[in-house]
Amino acid sequence: MEQHNIVFYILLGILVTNLIRVLPMVLIKGTIKNRFVRSFLYYVPYVTLAVMTFPDMVMATPTPLPGIIALLAGIIAAWFRLGLFPVAVICCVIVYCLL
Amino acid sequence: MTDLTKDILHGFRDGFPIALGYFAVAFSLGIIAAKAGLTVPEGFLSSFFIRASAGEYGVYTLIAVNAAYVEVIAMCLVANLRYMLMSAALSQKIAPGTSWFHRLLMACCVTDEVFGISVAHPGYTPPAYTYSAALISTLFWASGCAAGITAGSLLSPDTVVALSMSLYGMFLAIIIPAARQRRNVLYTLAVSFVLSGLCAVAPVVGEWSSGMRTVVLTIVISAIAAWLSPINTDSDGTA
Repeated sequence: MEQHNIVFYILLGILVTNLIRVLPMVLIKGTIKNRFVRSFLYYVPYVTLAVMTFPDMVMATPTPLPGIIALLAGIIAAWFRLGLFPVAVICCVIVYCLL
Repeated sequence: MTDLTKDILHGFRDGFPIALGYFAVAFSLGIIAAKAGLTVPEGFLSSFFIRASAGEYGVYTLIAVNAAYVEVIAMCLVANLRYMLMSAALSQKIAPGTSWFHRLLMACCVTDEVFGISVAHPGYTPPAYTYSAALISTLFWASGCAAGITAGSLLSPDTVVALSMSLYGMFLAIIIPAARQRRNVLYTLAVSFVLSGLCAVAPVVGEWSSGMRTVVLTIVISAIAAWLSPINTDSDGTA
């Protein structure tokens, strides 16, 4: 397979990610009216992060069990709104202790 | 103290706790970046200019498997589509008459957390506030990634696995509170978990790269959710 260039990958990432951020500022004069588009955009962030979390989190540990327990603990901690940093720490510590 | 100085100081004050969290998460991201073959300067600069946890995670894992460039573009589009929403929301928080330069630069500052504190700012959000919060958190973010690339190889494999959990923890901290608040998000997340798990082990679909799976599942599930349970147009669907 052809070997790609790391710097080009990174430049693509920078370009696309920042274009996404800038585009609405350029395009949107008022607010988006279409209900389906608004709803679709509303769900996108949650679905993306969910499918990136599972099953990857469980597959990242040598055996699934520590990942499963960290996932459940993370969900509970996040449910009680412990915040970004504490939830991340809880997941790390649990897996560290179980390995 | 002038208003400008006050805005800058408030931005640093609110940005600092974000910066601490970013350092830890970016550290584990740096370990993934090192696996993909990035050098320290490449890790620092890519993190400084991309500033997107899920997006960078996607890019680095795609680099690691030598994926096609078009996959990187598709992954960045989908993993970061939420920033489009956030920018759209932030555009409503910028005082009329603000220059295009400030509008575009503020848009580039958007991350989940910097967006969060920027829209929470009472009244119109002063650009200086967003800039200083973004600056300090971005410096910690990029430094964390660089530190992860440098020190990640010094850590035991178990520690690396444990640290990699921080990224997933951060994702959970973003999605779960919304599920608690809104039933439709809860159902959507449950369906996402189940379908994502099935697709990872299913024939044919299981052969797809994780980036491809993320893109397809996000578009399909979000469209179905939007169709079955559209949000109220009067309530804000922006957060």
